[in-house]
Amino acid sequence: MPTVQISLVREHTAAIRPPRALWVPFMLGRPLGVPGDAAFQGRVVRAALGLFERVRGPVLDDYPEDAPAVISTDEMEGMACPISFAGNVEPASLPGQVLEEIDQLRSWYDIAVARRGRTTLGAAGATVEDLTRFIGAWVGGDTPRPYRDDLPSANALRLACEEIKSFYFEADAGQPGVRSPQRVLQWFWRETAAGKLLVELQAAAARSDDPAVRHFAADNLVPRAASHGEA
Amino acid sequence: MVRLADLPEWERAHMLEKIPALPDFGLSPWVSGGPLSTRRVALVTSAGLHRRGDRPFGLGDARDDYRVIPGDIDAADLVMSQLSVNFDRTGFHQDLNVVFPIDRLHELAADGTIGSVADFHYAFMGAGSPVTRMEAKGREVARMLKQDGVDAVLLTPV
Repeated sequence: MPTVQISLVREHTAAIRPPRALWVPFMLGRPLGVPGDAAFQGRVVRAALGLFERVRGPVLDDYPEDAPAVISTDEMEGMACPISFAGNVEPASLPGQVLEEIDQLRSWYDIAVARRGRTTLGAAGATVEDLTRFIGAWVGGDTPRPYRDDLPSANALRLACEEIKSFYFEADAGQPGVRSPQRVLQWFWRETAAGKLLVELQAAAARSDDPAVRHFAADNLVPRAASHGEA
Repeated sequence: MVRLADLPEWERAHMLEKIPALPDFGLSPWVSGGPLSTRRVALVTSAGLHRRGDRPFGLGDARDDYRVIPGDIDAADLVMSQLSVNFDRTGFHQDLNVVFPIDRLHELAADGTIGSVADFHYAFMGAGSPVTRMEAKGREVARMLKQDGVDAVLLTPV
């Protein structure tokens, strides 16, 4: 079967030596470069498919065009952290704070979904509120049954975390202004109660008797950028 | 962006540490075909995409499975359950095509650049190693691509 691949890490592709590859200078997660820019994406696809016209290989070409940098509009003002405890007799628990954040962000999320015509939520099959309570129980030292019978705990936790992050990221996109992907990541991990809850989950999951849960805590929960203080 | 020289030292080291564990297939099989304007093109992605109601990718054995993506799927019906947390997802949230350029393929078919777009596309969950664990499923997908008349595959990472 004739194949051509888009490569994001040139050194890895050079080591494997596939028959046809186009290395692109884009961030991980964006192999076509620029979301919402059909012309840019079309140029990348044409360049990749163009390698089928070569008569011999292996071929590892470098794509010459960088994706334009995304400049955040909030560098001076800071992002809107929606949580407010004004009027509360005492602060809510951390999961309670996350539920308050979700409640506050809901309208921005709805705006983003309406604007984009889609949401990427739904892989877990439970609401973000229920997923927050599920994670909150783990952080509190319990081992609750997963919210779906077909999911082992590690996968249920992983999907819950991804679903909550997606809700926050999509809600951010509904707000005015522009944030770079790096800025959105910083906001989530440094400034939201949800980010704090997931960091606490990492500590709780690391103590689990279930090796799959411990593996999840070590490798698939907090991004390397956040662990190194760059998010 | 993913120029190793541009990455922080800890991320550069992580990427370089993977290289010795990558498989050496000992060859680069070169399969030719007709002109691009006659080719039937499919997408195979390692992004862990699937239909919203389909089984999420998971740990253990489930990570090696693939999911079928019908060529006429609505972008609103696709979700992602990749294991890795170390890549940007906001682009995918904004536009499916930045990961899975299905609309771009249909445009290229419409203007005659390619012959046609496959009826079915496939998604794997690429995180984890060794990648050779996917060989059996990869061969299975290749057989189905041939049944679909596909003679050009665009592989997209995440």
